[in-house]
Formats: sequence, structure tokens, C-alpha cells
Amino acid sequence: MISLSYYLVFSAALFCIGLYGVLARKNAVAVLMGIELMLNAVIVNVLAFWRFRTPELIAGQAFAVMVFAVAAAEVAVGLALFISIYRRRHTVAADEIDLLKW
Amino acid sequence: MGDPINAIANWLSGWLTALGLPASLVTVILMVLGVVVLASFVLIVDILLVWVERKVVARFQDRLGPNRLGPFGLIQPVADIIKLLIKEDITPVGADRIIYNIAPIMALAVVLLLWAVIPFAPTILGADVNVAVLYIVAVGALGTLGVIMAGWASNNKYALLGAFRTVAQMVSYEVPMVIALLVPVLLARSMGLQVIVNAQEPWYILVAPLAAIIFLITSIAELGRAPFDINEAESEIVAGFHIEYTGMKFGLFYAGELLHALTVSALFSTLFLGGWRGPFAEQVPILGVVYLFIKAFFIYWVIMWIKYSFPRLRIDQMLGFSWKFLTPLALALLIVTAILDKVIEGVSTPVYVISHLMANLIIAWGTVQLLRTYARFERKRVAEVRPVAVAPEADYKELIVQE
Amino acid sequence: MTAMQVVFLVTAVVTLGGAVMVVTARNLVHAALWLILTLFGVAVMFALLNAPFFTVVQVVIYIGAISILMIFAIMLTRRVMQDSGPQVNPGWWMSILLALLLFGGVDPLLALGKALVSPDGYVLPFELASVLLLAALIGAIVVAWEKKS
Repeated sequence: MISLSYYLVFSAALFCIGLYGVLARKNAVAVLMGIELMLNAVIVNVLAFWRFRTPELIAGQAFAVMVFAVAAAEVAVGLALFISIYRRRHTVAADEIDLLKW
Repeated sequence: MGDPINAIANWLSGWLTALGLPASLVTVILMVLGVVVLASFVLIVDILLVWVERKVVARFQDRLGPNRLGPFGLIQPVADIIKLLIKEDITPVGADRIIYNIAPIMALAVVLLLWAVIPFAPTILGADVNVAVLYIVAVGALGTLGVIMAGWASNNKYALLGAFRTVAQMVSYEVPMVIALLVPVLLARSMGLQVIVNAQEPWYILVAPLAAIIFLITSIAELGRAPFDINEAESEIVAGFHIEYTGMKFGLFYAGELLHALTVSALFSTLFLGGWRGPFAEQVPILGVVYLFIKAFFIYWVIMWIKYSFPRLRIDQMLGFSWKFLTPLALALLIVTAILDKVIEGVSTPVYVISHLMANLIIAWGTVQLLRTYARFERKRVAEVRPVAVAPEADYKELIVQE
Repeated sequence: MTAMQVVFLVTAVVTLGGAVMVVTARNLVHAALWLILTLFGVAVMFALLNAPFFTVVQVVIYIGAISILMIFAIMLTRRVMQDSGPQVNPGWWMSILLALLLFGGVDPLLALGKALVSPDGYVLPFELASVLLLAALIGAIVVAWEKKS
């Protein structure tokens, strides 16, 4: 049988891969992809806990729905920002957008 | 007795278990076999669709259509397929090979996925998912993916432009489609298609005709068929996102589009025309399959009728139509249907049908009035005198020939 | 090894493999397509967790909307049609170190996680999420609006 720990290990691995993507990539959209991987790992985690600990309560699923909504909103705003930045500076490489650096 | 598919499945599972195979393996084998049978059946119907399309378009245009190969031209699709198969397989220079090859496969596979949830009869159903309506929306979303992959992998500006436009159109029309899909879900209190068919004592096209019309229009736009075919219009953008595809890959796109049209017709029949319902469908399930396909082909004929009667819409007209007209209309319809359904809970069926029908007709009448006002406003705006560019007389005085 | 375990293993391998390809692909559009494969794998995970609603919602929202948004954003923000130059930050080895350390030390997080999913009302968060989505929608349009000068 598949126990809770399998899912937790899986979601931890996915989260760490996403974390590497966020920290190590230059292109801003690639960073956003890493963030999406992390958010997916979070949702898998929440649902695994819901299924194995309290399947009779609906709060676990509600929590996961909130994460979905927040992820969608954040991607939309993030991509709008990237497009706006690209129009001004003609780049989306994260180390070239350094206007606020001292 | 009248259900050959379940009878064969039961006999097969009994025979396999008697051979000594474990129960889980028998289930897996039966599932795989079911998938193969369903996919093959649908693809064979797809070949028939090529013939239907060419004959019907010919009749709409007052000519005969293919009638040389076989009786009534029935062998024509086979000839078409052979022609496509023996064509040279060209891959454009600089195209992304893997994505270029996957895109047509995705375009057809996505359509096959939809047939898994359509109920053919009370007992013949691919997968009885209780979120089937949402599954339909999900698969529609996957369709846009195939288009983007095709457009981008062709390494061609026109293909990319066509892909962008197609995706913009598909995404814009997904919104009113989902809202219109929510109306039968609301009336049947469930998202599962078998439950929706079972709940259609009066067919939902009588209870929610506006939702049916909105679903039909948005589905035709999702398909990319005329009058919404700006994406593959030869005269406009040179065949859009599948310019660079030849031979069988193009055949997959084309057959995928036709099959998608039939799938949409089958879905429409399931949601609004009662699916497999008809006389004696519960006792003899095979009759349910026949009824479903009769209704599906009727709606497919209506879709073709629309295709060959209307001129093409421009991309901005199309997007404006979706966002400014269909979405608010669908939202208003959903809200009114929800409130009405709660208010008249528990009344007899004729009252229920009449009241929902009246609500739909009132909304339709209100919309038509709004459209008339808007049209009058537009006419006045277009008819007013506009400044015309005229050169000052000093510039052309010397050019005037003195009589 | 039951059938479920085999399915779980295959799905996990496909998903994690796809995730690794996402963060290491040079060509951004390839990375987006690997992301779509990864999201599919996660959708299968949801199905294994007896949450079919989340499977379809994942496909509709993540693959049908967010991935397409990302692909559009990639295509609209390219300097040239090809990708050139290193795709990785200098100092990427520090990121791998951090990721591995985080993966190894997850046990204390289990207790926190259990405490987080205790029962409470969820209508208020739902309404707040809707307001958030509306604000994000309007904000995205305003931010990406091209000022005609």
C-alpha cells in the first residue's frame, strides 16, 4: 500500500527541484516555472495530509483550492510584470534587471 | 439481452479468470480492450465523416459531390487517406522535430479523450466520472496546447501568428462555454454526464434553450470552424498554424477537426437533447447507442449548415462577440436560472418547463432589444458626415486645364 | 508490488524527471513543455489521492491556462528566436547545496504540517480568494497596458 510518507517524500523532492530552479535560473519566466513547481508540491502535500489524516473533513480540500487560486493569480500578475519590464528594458534576465541595486 | 457489449465483457472476464489470471490483471486487460474498441470505433466513424462532409457541402452548394468511387462515393475517404499517406513527408528547416511531430498527434488524441465520458446507453459508458463536465473543459484546454505546439514548432511567422490567434479565440470562447455548461449541471444537480442524461425527463433544450444556443456557438468557435475559422482561412493567413504540415500529419489535423465536430455534437445531444433517451432505450440498451448517434449526426448537420451559410468573422469581431456579448449573457442566464430553480423547487414538470422557458425567452427578448438599440446607435455613428481629405485649391490650380 | 504502487512509482519518476528537465532545459519553450508534462504527473498524483476534482482542476487551470500564459509570455519576451548564453546563474552550486539540505531535513516540518490542517470554517478564505483573483486580474491588465503616447 502507498503510505503517507511516499507522498511526502515525493512532494519534498518536487519542492526542492523547484527551489533549485528559482535560485539558479537567469530568465525570469524560468524562475516563475520553479515557483509553480513549488506550489504544486505544496498542493500535493496538503492533499496527501487530507487523504491520510482527516478524509472526512472538507477543510483539506478547501485549503488546496485556496492554493490553486493564489497560484493562478500570482502567475497572471507576474507575467504581466515581466511583459511590462520587457517593454521598458528589452530583457527578462534576472541579473540584468538591477536598477534598484546599490 | 440487448446489451452485447457488457455481455461480451462478462464472458471474456469469466474466460480469463478461468484461465487462472489474477483478478487485477483481468480488470486491466478488460480496460485496455475497452479503450482500444472505443477508440477504433470512433476513428472508423471519423472516416465516414470525411464522406459526409464532402457530400453535404456539395449538396449545400447545389452540386453532387464525390460519386465515382464506390456506391454514392463511399470509397472516397479511403482514396483520400491513401493519397495523404503516399505524400512526401517534409519537415521545415529549423523546425523543432519532436514538438513538430507530437502536435498533430495531440490534436487527434485530445478529441479521443472526450469519448471516454459520453454515455452511449444506460449501461454502456467509458468512465463514469462524477466530474465529467469539468473533464470536458479540461480536455478542451488541452486542445489549445496542440495548436500552440504546431504553430511554434513550424518555425514560420505565419504559423505562429495563426497559432496565437487560434489560442486567443479558443481561450476567449472557453469562458462563455463553461458558464453555459453550468446550466444543465445546475438543473441536474450533478456534473456527471450519466446523471444529467437520467435527469432529462423534459429534454434540456426545452428548459434552457438559450444555454443550448450559447453552448453551440461557443463550441463551434472552440472547434475553429466557420464562421470562426479565421485561423485556417486560406485567403487570410494561408492556412494558419498548420501551414507547414503535409501528408498524413495534415490528415490528422483535418480528421481531428471533423471528429471534434462530431464529438461536440454528441456532447450537445447528451447535455441538451437527452443523450440516449428514446422509446425502449432502457430495456434494449443498444437502441440508446442508435438514438445518440441519430441526434449527434443531426446536430453535426446543423453545424455544417452554419458553416456553409455564414461569412467569416474578423478576429476583432470574434473576440468582441465573445467578451462583450456572450459572457455577460451567459452570466445573466446562469444567475436567472439559478434563482428560478431555487424558487420553483418542487413544482410539477410542466410548470417547471414553462417557467424556465419563459425566463429564457424573456432574457432573449431583452437581449434582442439591447442589440437593436446598439445597432441603431452604430448606424447613426457610421452615417454621420466624416471629414474627407481634400487638398487646398492652391496646390492643384495649375493642373486645371483652362477651357 | 501492487498495481497502485507501480502506478505511483511510474508517475513519481515521470514527474520528478520532468521537473528536473524544466529547471535544466536551455530552450525556454522546451522547459515550458516539460513543465506541462510535470503538471500532468501531478494531476495523476491527485487522482491517486482520491481527489478526482483536483485532477481535472489541475488540467484546466495549470495546463490549460497557466502553462499557455507562460508560453505566450516566453514568446513575447524573446530577444532573438534562438536561446544563447548560459542559462544558469553564477553560484548555481550553492542552490543545489541548499536544495539537498532542505530535502534531508524535512522531518521537523511534519508536526507543523499536521497542526496546519485542523478543522475551521473556510467560507471566509474562499471569498477572500475571489477578491484576490479579481484584484490580480485588474492589476495584471493595468500593469501590462501599453500606454499609447
